Amino acid sequence: MSSFADKTFTSPELIRNFCIIAHIDHGKSTLADRMLQLTGVVEERAMRAQYLDRMDIERERGITIKAQNVRLPWKVGDTEHVLHLIDTPGHVDFTYEVSRALEACEGAILLVDAAQGIEAQTLANLYLALENDLTIIPVLNKIDLPAAEPDKYAAELAHIIGCEPEEVLRVSAKTGFGVSELLDAAVRLIPAPTGDSDAPPRAMIFDSVYDTYRGVVTYIRVMDGKITPRQRIKMMSTGATHELLEVGIVSPDPKASVGLGVGEVGYLITGVKDVRQSKVGDTVTSEKRGATEALRGYREPQPMVYAGLYPMDGSDYPELREALDKLQLNDAALTYEPETSAALGFGFRCGFLGLLHLEITRDRLEREFGLDLISTAPNVVFRVEMEDGTEHIVTNPSDWPEGKIADIHEPITKCTIISPAEYVGAIMELCQSRRGQLGGMEYLSADRTELRYTMPLAEIIYDFFDALKSRTRGYASLDYEESGEQASQMVKVDILLQGEPVDAFSAIVHRDAAYGYGTRMTSKLRELIPRQQFEVPIQAAIGSRVIARENIRAIRKDVLAKCYGGDITRKRKLLEKQKEGKKRMKMVGRVEVPQEAFVAALSTDEAGDKKSKK
Amino acid sequence: MPSALPQGDPAPSSGELPPSALEGLGTRPFGVYVHVPFCAARCGYCDFNTYTPGELGSSASPESWLEGFKHELSLAARVLGSAPPVETVFIGGGTPSLLGVSGLSEVLDGVRSTFGLAEGAEVTTESNPESTSPEFFAGLREAGYNRISLGMQSAASHVLKILDRKHTAGRAVAAAREARAAGIEHVNLDLIYGTPGETDSDLKATLEAVLSAGVDHVSAYALIVEEGTALARRISRGELPAPDDDVLADRYEMIDDMLGGAGMRWYEVSNWARDVAAECRHNLGYWLGGDWWGFGPGAHSHVGGVRWWNVKHPARYASVLASGASPAAGRETLTPAEAQSERVLLEIRLAQGMPLSALPSPSEASRAAADGLLSPEALAEGRCVLTRRGRLLADALVHRLLA
Repeated sequence: MSSFADKTFTSPELIRNFCIIAHIDHGKSTLADRMLQLTGVVEERAMRAQYLDRMDIERERGITIKAQNVRLPWKVGDTEHVLHLIDTPGHVDFTYEVSRALEACEGAILLVDAAQGIEAQTLANLYLALENDLTIIPVLNKIDLPAAEPDKYAAELAHIIGCEPEEVLRVSAKTGFGVSELLDAAVRLIPAPTGDSDAPPRAMIFDSVYDTYRGVVTYIRVMDGKITPRQRIKMMSTGATHELLEVGIVSPDPKASVGLGVGEVGYLITGVKDVRQSKVGDTVTSEKRGATEALRGYREPQPMVYAGLYPMDGSDYPELREALDKLQLNDAALTYEPETSAALGFGFRCGFLGLLHLEITRDRLEREFGLDLISTAPNVVFRVEMEDGTEHIVTNPSDWPEGKIADIHEPITKCTIISPAEYVGAIMELCQSRRGQLGGMEYLSADRTELRYTMPLAEIIYDFFDALKSRTRGYASLDYEESGEQASQMVKVDILLQGEPVDAFSAIVHRDAAYGYGTRMTSKLRELIPRQQFEVPIQAAIGSRVIARENIRAIRKDVLAKCYGGDITRKRKLLEKQKEGKKRMKMVGRVEVPQEAFVAALSTDEAGDKKSKK
Repeated sequence: MPSALPQGDPAPSSGELPPSALEGLGTRPFGVYVHVPFCAARCGYCDFNTYTPGELGSSASPESWLEGFKHELSLAARVLGSAPPVETVFIGGGTPSLLGVSGLSEVLDGVRSTFGLAEGAEVTTESNPESTSPEFFAGLREAGYNRISLGMQSAASHVLKILDRKHTAGRAVAAAREARAAGIEHVNLDLIYGTPGETDSDLKATLEAVLSAGVDHVSAYALIVEEGTALARRISRGELPAPDDDVLADRYEMIDDMLGGAGMRWYEVSNWARDVAAECRHNLGYWLGGDWWGFGPGAHSHVGGVRWWNVKHPARYASVLASGASPAAGRETLTPAEAQSERVLLEIRLAQGMPLSALPSPSEASRAAADGLLSPEALAEGRCVLTRRGRLLADALVHRLLA
């Protein structure tokens, strides 16, 4: 539907730019839907539930992976305002993208479930917003729920952001209660954007999405000057120039416009096909008489977690490559390089922002491209200094250097954990066992605690989240951000079958955890690998030193009793079927290892195993 | 629930065989198998093609079956043309003894008048111990049967109960003695070992009973839990433990030790005989790629590289034959590769072993000998003969030898 907001170059004082900071399931998408409806840009009938979350996986996991944004008309009295709602990615791995989205705003709605209170993720993003000097509007959602405790959580929010409990707005995004008042408050409280409309144009890219039909769609917020179609633009990080094919706004479908002015949010299309040519955080200016100084805060995406991805069926390797190529068009943070494993065949060593990024990528490869994948245990990046002064950056246990090592450095993180106070003991015990160092602890309210830890990233990516959830009955929430590196005593543990190392099972672990890893893997494999016609020793070793050992006894009987009344056909077909089954076996030396054994041995969900066998 | 038939090509309604299959007929041993698809009750472990009167109702009966059988005899005579005299006859089931002496006599007379019996032909019928008597055996002897196979399974009453067998622990041994006394030349006792609840001493007592019965042949089969059987359901519900392969291996070794100690020698993985004359020639025909015609519902046949199998239900069997058509439900003509697989699969089970030259490549046989699965001495003479450990791992070994 059309409205006054369809016209761009709105005067900055009538513009309000804001985002919604919320935890998964606290109702961000529902609130955004309600805003679209109340401002009249989407008719109720046309309302697709949770309009802003487009991808299936996002919907299933209830999280937003790629941010969307939308331009809304809103009148307060007789004054017509333009609101830009900027949606932020909702997960820990996308902190940098969140920070860019926040940079595009002057205000943030802090949305908290009135039955659950604030969660670690929300708190971390709130701190980010406060660092960016955003005006915070605290809001409790779902106040219509029977379990809602608005007074309690209003006090908690007031305590955290330093306001009065009465200033916390109360809404129900589901019924629409309080949402108009919230929009009015946004106009009243959030500062208008400022900028120099006569200066050379500068616009910040806060998201960039690949579209099959249009190529890369780049979302920008104009800081200075104006962006108009037919202009040639320049990406300031690389100096690359592009012709502008279209400049437009989203409301909520894309509409081409005559340009964007100071404070306005919209999109650009240049015809490039790869999001890496249009990087989040970069500054867009004009080719001629462009700005000389870029906006602050740009950073190249840096993979933090690596894992090998292998097709279950080796002949799917070309399909996997093609699928990764396609995903990368839309994911500037995804990196991959071909790698070969003696046990798993041909695959790719892929770099991810974090564990969720890995899981989502894997999910999409399996679901959207129909691939069956094995992924190796994820590992972080180690920096290894040798005594001879050389340095190795290790992203794969197979590349662990031989020879005299002087120092090993691993990435560390700052973690925030919010949990009911009763689980504090269990959480501390867990964090301690994961080499965590307590940085501080605070009571958010009488029975809710915030714990801050410094912890190696390697510990977090190995089932930490599952362990945390199982020890707190799912009540604890976790957020972490990278925080430099530390020297650590890491070792490479190899797993050997009949004396042959299986590269896919090698892992870099802390010296104190090596024995645990070794015994866990050897006993897991003893369960998973079927007995063979000969005895198979399974060993865990650091270099040539064996630290754990199990034995798979030789199988003693497999022969079928009898050929029923001369039914030879059935027996032969059984043999043929078993032969087919063998094709799914990987040979490690003479040992036949079923694919499933690799999958199960490489899964890190021990905590999950105990809870439920699927 | 009876197990499913294999998938195959359609069989012609005339039952006609390709000339290539009939070539050389008579140069290979020729046998007849007759399937009697009736039981008084279904045992919980059994997935054979057999039916109780309750399951059949009025759709089929031993009489309609016998009628169909006679039609199939004429069909076989037509298809085979100048068939050679039959060297072995084996009546299996089901429970053939339910036909009684008169029924079994009629069956054998039919075979005899259609093909003729070779000099010294082996004529076997299976029997359930509870449906036999001295008179029954005397009658069979009179009719021309010279071999009886009795389903004993175990001498332990609690094991028989788990297997749903109706006879008492001592009845099989008594029946075997009666058969011998009636002048039946060869008597076999069938055993099942590894039944849930069976102990080592149960098996030992069973073997002692078998040896006291004076039989010249023993078949011992590890209990296989077949899909769709009552036993499989009881195990999946956790009411009974599943047989353990290591226990089964121990029991097999115990059987081989005790029978061997009493002078019986294994000649096939699951079969022991007092001497060469006591070996079951009919079953050797299966393992050595002989020709046989399988009569009756669900029966399988093999002639010159063509295998076929009949429709399973007795009512359908009778009606198809009454209409003058072949009861074959499907057939397959073995490719050279399939024929080679089958040969290895079957012949390796025999104590005489098979020539090394039957294998696609001899090198895996040497490795198998090194792993203790094939006899190195036999291998040196160019034959593959299973060691005792190899007998228990024959299926996986076949995989290796054919890989």
